[in-house]
Amino acid sequence: MRVMVFAKTTEVSEKGAAPTTEAFAAMDRFTEELVKAGVFIAAAGLKNSTQAKRIVCEGPRRTVIDGPFAETRELVAGFSIWEVKDMDEAVAWAKRSPNPMPGKSEIEIRPFYEAADLAEFMTPEELAAPRDGDRGKLGVA
Amino acid sequence: MAAGETHQAETHQAIEATFRIERARLIAGLARMLRNVDLAEELAQEALVVALSEWPRTGVPASPAAWLMAVAKRRAFDGFRRDKMRERKHKEIARTLPAYGNVGRDGAINAIEAAMDDDLGDELLGLIFTACHPILSPDARAALTLKVVGGLTTDEIARAFLSSEATIAQRIVRAKKAIAKAGLSFEVPRGVERAARLPSVLEVIYLIFNEGYAATAGDDLVRPGLCLEAQRLGRILAGLMPGDAEVLGLLALMEIQASRHGARTGPDGAFIPITEQDRARWDHLLISRGLDGLARAEALGSKGGDAGPYVLQAALAACHARARRAADTDWPRIAALYDRLRVVAPSPVVDLNRAIAHSMAFGPEAGLTLVDEIADADALRDYAPLPAAKGDFLFRAGRLAEARSEFQAAATLTRNARERAFLLARADACAHPLP
Repeated sequence: MRVMVFAKTTEVSEKGAAPTTEAFAAMDRFTEELVKAGVFIAAAGLKNSTQAKRIVCEGPRRTVIDGPFAETRELVAGFSIWEVKDMDEAVAWAKRSPNPMPGKSEIEIRPFYEAADLAEFMTPEELAAPRDGDRGKLGVA
Repeated sequence: MAAGETHQAETHQAIEATFRIERARLIAGLARMLRNVDLAEELAQEALVVALSEWPRTGVPASPAAWLMAVAKRRAFDGFRRDKMRERKHKEIARTLPAYGNVGRDGAINAIEAAMDDDLGDELLGLIFTACHPILSPDARAALTLKVVGGLTTDEIARAFLSSEATIAQRIVRAKKAIAKAGLSFEVPRGVERAARLPSVLEVIYLIFNEGYAATAGDDLVRPGLCLEAQRLGRILAGLMPGDAEVLGLLALMEIQASRHGARTGPDGAFIPITEQDRARWDHLLISRGLDGLARAEALGSKGGDAGPYVLQAALAACHARARRAADTDWPRIAALYDRLRVVAPSPVVDLNRAIAHSMAFGPEAGLTLVDEIADADALRDYAPLPAAKGDFLFRAGRLAEARSEFQAAATLTRNARERAFLLARADACAHPLP
């Protein structure tokens, strides 16, 4: 199964403090371990929310809100995509991660939807119906 | 359980997940030390039992790999102490045990951890090369690799290969005996020997992938579990040998092929050929990984002459992956790649695919000419894709009656029920051509 692993921001990371060299090196070693275990698929880091914009959708209205945003512990600072056998394996790996952020931080693991999950609310015909254009999907469904 | 409840105590489930992460490397280290993969598996299992009794209380240690290795070595040492006939091994292990007593002692753990880090996966690579040694048949290599490296149970392997558990178990036992009898060292071969033995490793990983991707028998076209396992093995190998073009090429090939998984079957389970697949349904994450890996493989390969068979096959798969619509497919490039592939990996099957590529690039007559050259090859007798391809060329050339009999012949030959239905439908279409 494929999972996305989110590193959440902390107050310190949101203030724009760059991770230390040691923190970078530790994360690098961890990623290397994931690569050698055949688990690592992709990863990316995101700039803090001062660079972010939010689009609020309400009926036909679209309102743009500029960052930074207040809820520092709810924001995504970066993500990895792993291919694992099950959630237990994902959790076991995530627990080995060095703390991705300065201060107390959270890592969240979310499984991708797979074709079998979509079967609950889409008919096989809908699933098979051709869709136009490139979707550029990250997942399998 | 309440929402968001935290876990403090280590559950058996969590411990087993940690063990699964360490298992292959643990077995690899023990097998090299003991030159006995059977005993290595047994000791690893015993280490799990100890972890299951200790970790719920103590938590998972900082270095679970070193902890498990220390326990397993201690077990090996105790076992040999009881067995005076194995004096030499006893000394060998005693030498590698830095401190006696409790496995929790920091000195022992740290020393083992340092030793394991030094090897940087070398032992795992050694285990992979040994399990895929050319003295074993490809089937035996596949079963043993899935068991000791992939961590699959005998029953899982049997189901994946549509075989009985007894057959697979016996195959694995024989493979282990053959390894012991040949006195294989579990070392990673170096230099020329490594290059000579790498193909038998790559062959097995691709065999496992294909068993999952293009099931040769049964009702399911795809057994995705095996595809995932093969990709994992390919990624492990690519992580351990990032400088080898063919290793990267094989992984790129598998990733690009696997990207089509969701688009290969229709709602009724029927097979959909690549030119008719909904490309929006392809897995673009796998495609971008595959294209990236292929680019690195080609950069490595360009230093050392001609590309190998896996890099060329990945380049072939990439031609399809790059085409946004089937009509955009660069068939002349595919035909040219097949011309190169048949030089480095000559086989009647490659020749057949080459004929198909030439038919797409230069018209059905070009395909018919090439397929007639290989029609007598022994390896292609009773090979369903040959009449299926010929039927397609004839159909496109407007020779419907001949096309129909080729499709019917192909339908009789295939062992896959879904494929048979597809071929019979094509035969029917020849009898009732659309106006």
